[in-house]
Amino acid sequence: MPLALFWIFAALTIAFGAGVVFFRSPVSSAMSLVMAFVGLAALFVTLDAFFIGVVQVLVYAGAVMVLFLFIIMLLDLRADQRRPVKLAAWAGGGIVVGGFIAVLSQVVSSLPALQQTKPALADPAASDVAMVGLLLFRSFNLPFQILGVLLLVATVGVVVLSRRELK
Amino acid sequence: MPTLANYLFVSGLLFSIGLAGVLLRRNILIIFMGLELMLNAANLSLVAFSRFHLGQDGCPRYNAQVLVFFIITVAAAEVAVGLAIIVALYRARQTTRVEDLDTLKF
Repeated sequence: MPLALFWIFAALTIAFGAGVVFFRSPVSSAMSLVMAFVGLAALFVTLDAFFIGVVQVLVYAGAVMVLFLFIIMLLDLRADQRRPVKLAAWAGGGIVVGGFIAVLSQVVSSLPALQQTKPALADPAASDVAMVGLLLFRSFNLPFQILGVLLLVATVGVVVLSRRELK
Repeated sequence: MPTLANYLFVSGLLFSIGLAGVLLRRNILIIFMGLELMLNAANLSLVAFSRFHLGQDGCPRYNAQVLVFFIITVAAAEVAVGLAIIVALYRARQTTRVEDLDTLKF
């Protein structure tokens, strides 16, 4: 059963991820990306990372993709019209991507250390929210504060960038 | 049960889909979506490693999940700034196609 669920959600994520690249209309691409993120959140849940799965749905499928759709509709983008395919670009992209997939599958299938299944957890009921939170505030407190400053700087920067009279 | 290799393969496939989007698409917004896919593929492999290599106490290594949390936060900030830049670009040039942005082209 876990294997079937894993492959269902993996296929869902990969299929909708491919949709992002192959749909012509930007709105379809963005919707496809939302579904890919939801599938990815389900994959996180199969790895017992419930907190990361929930954050993935809230931040990515919620906030970030709403921002993307908002900008697409603000700019009123049309679907790409069919243009003559640039053979050199597709050949170059195909070689890079195909080569990457070939090397990856060869490496991943040849290493015996990667063929292990999930080891059993010592305490399956342990709350990962509590563990991540404790780690965040004990071991990673300074990076956490810096992240807050980064978000503030980004917010101010976006406001400055979006003003109409950009000198 | 799925193995670690399965998760890494799915993560790598997702990464190469994002890479293909960046390399093959000409719309700057779709290129940006490809970047997001690549970031998420990296997150998936981090969480997979944290679950498959337990710490001494038999819990997943939560350091990796904290790193994923940081990556998600930085990516959200990056999306906001990037989209603001795209809007400013669209106001200046009325286009989102990268072929039309050739001022710096030799």
